[in-house]
Amino acid sequence: MKFERYGIGIVKGMALTFKHLFRAPITVQYPDEKLNISRRTRGNELVWFPEKCTGCGTCTKACLQGNIILVTHRGEENKFIVDKFELDSGRCIFCGLCVESCPYDALAMGLDYECARFRREDLVLNKEKLSVSHDHRPSAYYRPQFADELPKQSLLLYNKKDGGQKLKFLPLSKRKRGPGA
Amino acid sequence: MTLLDQFQLILKTAGWPDWAVYLTPALVGILLIILVVLTVVIVFIWWERRLISRFQIRLGPNRCGPEGILQPIATAIKILLKEDIVPEKADKLIHFIAPITVFVPILLIFAVMPVGENAIFVDLNVGIIYVIAISSISVIGIFMAAWASGNKYSYISGIRSIAQMVSYEIPVVLSIVGIALVTGSFSMLKIVEAQSIPFILLQPLGFLIFFLGSLAEMNRSPFDLLEADSEIVAGYHIEYSGMKFAMFYLGEYGVALAYAGIITTLFLCGWKGPLLPPIIWFLVKVMMVFSVIVWIRSTLPRFRVDQLMSFAWKAMLPMAVINLIIIAIEVLVIPASLQWVMLILNFGFAAVLILLWSKLFTLGGGRVEV
Amino acid sequence: MPIKTEQFYLNVGPQHPSTHGVFRLRLSLDGEVVTDVEPIIGYLHRGIEKLAESRTYTQIIPLTDRLDYLASMTDNVAYCLAVEKLAGINIPERAEYIRVIFSELMRISSHMMAVGFYLNDCGAFFTPVLYMWREREKIIDLFDMVCGQRLLYNYMRVGGVSQDIPDEFIPAAKKFVAEMPQYIGEYNQLIKQNEIFLARSKGVGILPKETAINIGASGPVLRASGVKWDIRKMDPYSIYDRFDFEVPTGDAGDCYDRYWVRMQEMTQSLRIIEQAMNQMPVKGPVCSDVPQFFRPPPGETYGYIEAPKGNLGFYIVSDGSIAPYRLHIYPPTLINITALKDMMIGWKIADLIIIFGSMDVVLGEIDR
Repeated sequence: MKFERYGIGIVKGMALTFKHLFRAPITVQYPDEKLNISRRTRGNELVWFPEKCTGCGTCTKACLQGNIILVTHRGEENKFIVDKFELDSGRCIFCGLCVESCPYDALAMGLDYECARFRREDLVLNKEKLSVSHDHRPSAYYRPQFADELPKQSLLLYNKKDGGQKLKFLPLSKRKRGPGA
Repeated sequence: MTLLDQFQLILKTAGWPDWAVYLTPALVGILLIILVVLTVVIVFIWWERRLISRFQIRLGPNRCGPEGILQPIATAIKILLKEDIVPEKADKLIHFIAPITVFVPILLIFAVMPVGENAIFVDLNVGIIYVIAISSISVIGIFMAAWASGNKYSYISGIRSIAQMVSYEIPVVLSIVGIALVTGSFSMLKIVEAQSIPFILLQPLGFLIFFLGSLAEMNRSPFDLLEADSEIVAGYHIEYSGMKFAMFYLGEYGVALAYAGIITTLFLCGWKGPLLPPIIWFLVKVMMVFSVIVWIRSTLPRFRVDQLMSFAWKAMLPMAVINLIIIAIEVLVIPASLQWVMLILNFGFAAVLILLWSKLFTLGGGRVEV
Repeated sequence: MPIKTEQFYLNVGPQHPSTHGVFRLRLSLDGEVVTDVEPIIGYLHRGIEKLAESRTYTQIIPLTDRLDYLASMTDNVAYCLAVEKLAGINIPERAEYIRVIFSELMRISSHMMAVGFYLNDCGAFFTPVLYMWREREKIIDLFDMVCGQRLLYNYMRVGGVSQDIPDEFIPAAKKFVAEMPQYIGEYNQLIKQNEIFLARSKGVGILPKETAINIGASGPVLRASGVKWDIRKMDPYSIYDRFDFEVPTGDAGDCYDRYWVRMQEMTQSLRIIEQAMNQMPVKGPVCSDVPQFFRPPPGETYGYIEAPKGNLGFYIVSDGSIAPYRLHIYPPTLINITALKDMMIGWKIADLIIIFGSMDVVLGEIDR
């Protein structure tokens, strides 16, 4: 006798929902707890290495939208010296094609994802803001040499002791998540 | 002697003039109902949001105040600060009166809800019939809101609402008559007193019919096609904003509180319980019933309007009538001291009837030739 | 004397909670019964085909991401396949296996999203959506690990894939594949026998077999009507002939069958992923050497794959320069919704939303 039509389906569904009351919620309380993002993240800015850059302009040709502006002049030993290297990060779609096309490894993607500004002009980044520095680190997208200095990504698949994000039942949360935090 | 009568007696012996003796308890009662209902409705809104979030493996609101208890107040302030827009083609007077017509009858239901021994405002001897009569006035309010908005989506919702709420009144009333037969009176106080075995065990089929019928009266899932978010984008309160929308919103939770209170009184022994004071037991039971209502909302999809109507007329109504006949026969045959016999018989009949109806019941409707 | 009635026009407008995207339907109703349906599209047109005429072949790949934005890996695969056919480029073995693994993971994610929002349209107040998104979050974390983005990946290149997968990907993917059948079992427990859901979707919106073949439908919509047609089996592209999987079909062609075909396809995709991970070569190049501005020989080609929504095809005409002369996209969803008029007339408004939800429409693909 198939019990399909006697209301059993509804009862089974409600039993499953009830079981979920006892599972840990998977919400991350954002400003207090931040997850570790992927090592290869295509973050919100570019990171430029001035000593490696030769001003060849391959990145400007690779960009789909023509976002990168490069102005150079010839210096000693017939090398290019970069006067202006500007990126409009408001129009950028963060595809990473410029990073892939650079033949001298002078460009990498950034790590930041909280880049809201109040005015649109502030999103245009000039070469000082794009240069690599202590607070402006590169991500490992297409540049595996930077992978070791970044923390491992926290995945929902793993339990917290394996370095993941799956939570235990928590009251009002002020706990940090992720390994190394 | 209800509490109100005792209060009047105290005032009379204190020497107040007659009109003050009559008026003061009434005013105090009205104020008390409004304040208590609004407070409990705010707690209900918070509880529903947290509970649904836990069913959906996420946290609910937990930022405003400790554990988010001030979140409904923040919602209320936000709604009050919104501009009150009346559409151009709307019928202005009816658009204005509709929220009041929906909200006020819900407050009137609380006059006959017993929260403790003799703690009731008015002990009407037609208690439960009064509740059914008053709650039908909200239907007119919903239809007024739907028609007077001048919007096609709310018009569809209004047409559906009349059909739904009228058809679900009848099984609800019939299951109440079943209880009244066992008790011997319609008065709410006497129904609570007569429950030595809670009526949920004594009349399981009656409880099921009443519960599903009151879900339909409250416009809650799975019968919430009046305000089906995915189809008609908020239904009858599309064109309302500001305080009028707040009345609809509070009215929805107010009627949930009212019906939860009625289910507790009729089926779960009201305020009776071993250790704690009666009002605590009443609130605990009301919260339990409300949690079951929220649990159903978070799990089940909703019905289509013709499936809803055929469920009411072809499944619930015959079962309610047969339930009534069975209980009438049992009340005649079985003496009052052997109520547990009724329990066993009723469970048996309920199981047989549900199995039988599942086999025979077909949902009509389908593709219509155009 | 008969009561005077009139037809009633309702505009399920571009802004609506349930038309997945900006899609407009003009209905004429008789009470609650729908008598005529006119879909109006074009609100999301961005001119991808025209933009592609002035970009190089590698620069078009981020543009194709944005077609079916919920399943962008398979869009990239289709485009790269078309260009490789045109230019006669061979792909290394490891790249083929990586492409298969990611396409199937993408298929699972896209079907979960489709089924979840179909249930949301039925009225289940977001609970099935959130359960399915928990699993989709796991898949997206895996994609994030490999290519750095969560929604629009830009991962496939002409000649292979862009970067090799990191070491922690394979253990994580194996754990996901091992855990997933339990969760699919939970979804079935929640929904499959639910009487209300059965009443809403069994027998609703039937697409008969002949109509489905005549209009050129494809994907789960076609398979639910009883036609056993899956390009991965009929006309295998890439290395799909090395895997052992089944093609689920339905019999009645109603909304319930479309839902059930998608759930079964998720199980079959898990089988393919497991076999691919076992057969994959451990080391190897992942991309053939293709120059930045490469010029394929002049000619035309049509490359097509089995995307989660159906038969996605790219028609490319090249005149020997660095950008295509013409790129035309054949979206499966646009062809599927030409059947809407037959399927919707005679049902009620509530059924309309359900039928539309079961067709799994993404407006980015229709309007390009």
